[in-house]
Amino acid sequence: MSAVHTHEADDLRELYRELILDHARSPRHFGKLDAATHTARGINPLCGDRLQLFLQLDQAERIAAASFEGSGCAISVASASLLTDSVIGMSATEALELFTAFTAQLCDQQDVAVVIPRLGKLQALSGVREFPARVKCATLAWHALESAISQRSATATTE
Amino acid sequence: MRQAQVEQQGRGRIEDRRTDFPALQQMIHGHSLVYLDSAASSQMPGSVIETIARYQRNDHANVHRGVHTLSHRATDAYEGARDKVRNFVNAASRSEVIFTSGTTESINLVAQSYCRPLLRAGDSVLISHLEHHSNIVPWQLLCEQTAAELRVVPIDEQGQLDMPALARMFDEKVRMVAVAHVSNALGTINPVREIIALARQRDVPVLLDGAQGVPHMAIDVQELDCDFYAFSGHKMYAPTGVGVLYGRESLLDAMPPYQGGGDMILEVSFTGTTYNELPYKFEAGTPNISGVIGLGAAIDYLQSIGMLAIARHEKALLAYLMDELQKISGIRLIGTAPHKASVQSFMLDNIHPHDLGTILDHQGIAIRTGHHCAMPVMQHFAVPGTARASLGLYNNRDDIDRLVAALHQAKQIFS
Repeated sequence: MSAVHTHEADDLRELYRELILDHARSPRHFGKLDAATHTARGINPLCGDRLQLFLQLDQAERIAAASFEGSGCAISVASASLLTDSVIGMSATEALELFTAFTAQLCDQQDVAVVIPRLGKLQALSGVREFPARVKCATLAWHALESAISQRSATATTE
Repeated sequence: MRQAQVEQQGRGRIEDRRTDFPALQQMIHGHSLVYLDSAASSQMPGSVIETIARYQRNDHANVHRGVHTLSHRATDAYEGARDKVRNFVNAASRSEVIFTSGTTESINLVAQSYCRPLLRAGDSVLISHLEHHSNIVPWQLLCEQTAAELRVVPIDEQGQLDMPALARMFDEKVRMVAVAHVSNALGTINPVREIIALARQRDVPVLLDGAQGVPHMAIDVQELDCDFYAFSGHKMYAPTGVGVLYGRESLLDAMPPYQGGGDMILEVSFTGTTYNELPYKFEAGTPNISGVIGLGAAIDYLQSIGMLAIARHEKALLAYLMDELQKISGIRLIGTAPHKASVQSFMLDNIHPHDLGTILDHQGIAIRTGHHCAMPVMQHFAVPGTARASLGLYNNRDDIDRLVAALHQAKQIFS
């Protein structure tokens, strides 16, 4: 096998890490949240991925519960699952900061070293950086998170 | 008989055509490119690329205007391409060949210019469940504008039109029928002759969306007896941004212009405008001259091989593709009509089509993933989207073997 082949295969393994595949197969917090106070839909018109994110904010603006439902590829489902895992217990402001850090990790070439330490297991999605066509899959749920919290629009799209 | 003539003229051996296509001579992620996305857009042979480049370098000027040499050359090449299209689809007259930006514009033209003045509230337009969005949305818009009803003929589990249902739905309210010749997502070749015969009995015109028809088979609009036939250049080895509307002359003559502008007029004053004759009445503004010339070159290329030879090659390859895919455990073929063009949609285990697309791309294999601009078809089969391999004249068995090997790799990653 040539060096090129090995490198390419490594990229693919980086993208589909075991943690990602696990969350894609068994998404956490999957389903409708009846007590939701904030919700937003995320649609990727390019590929048809669609999901709805539910947040329950308490009186202190802390995320008491989060869930999502919908369908999508392994990357978008895993990203949504990891998102819900990560933001429960955070304040709305902290969640928005995480949104910024996460999208910067995937979209921004700069300051990555600064933001990565705060991402924890969300770093598992960093392999998406090598697959520009898939960045939108990974950020879909996060744009929905931002919309839900800021209540700017009920539907976030990746376009 | 005409098909036999075309076949006789085509002497090219199809096996070695891959080398005619510069884009196919490249490595993607360390692998030679396997291009299985021709139904979305086909690659262009060198002869088409060179013809366009030669025109741009030497002959470019506006058409139908001016007496200088370049304008004359550009006009000759542009109108020469019209003759090639006329011959390619066997239209009765060059007046019946209208250049558009593509299938989408061709269909919109018919919906707005032919149907809109004609439809009354309560009339119906008949389409089918397997249409591409470009043969759905123009009719939805038309029905909103005229309070007409859009009737959708259902399809079965193999992806074939429910013909008894079509016959039942075809009552006196139906004023227009618009169906795909070949389904882009499923590959189904629709029984268009049967549909046209039914429409003839009721004196209702039929538009065929031929975007996926022209690349795969010899088209004879007179033999089909259709009223309109719409297709795009970029799915038949020509550039994007150019397409054709074939229309029966008597219908085109009676239709008002679609767009106003230069070239579609004889005389303009502020008291009124006299429209140009066919086909120029429907070609407002400076057209896509280089695209049309490229389309003409693509027709030359296809005819040098022969459409029957292409159809034969693709049919054998499709059979091989379907056989090999079915050997993979966990594969679900979507679109299994007995009469099909070389397009195959499928699902593999629970792997989302986009994940498949990424893994295949890393093996240098280009397929289409998603809803293929045919969301109702995806809803019918209860899938969010599919993976789709579509074959062109340049594909071979090696391409399919590479696809199958990469699908096994995808299964490993997701096992």
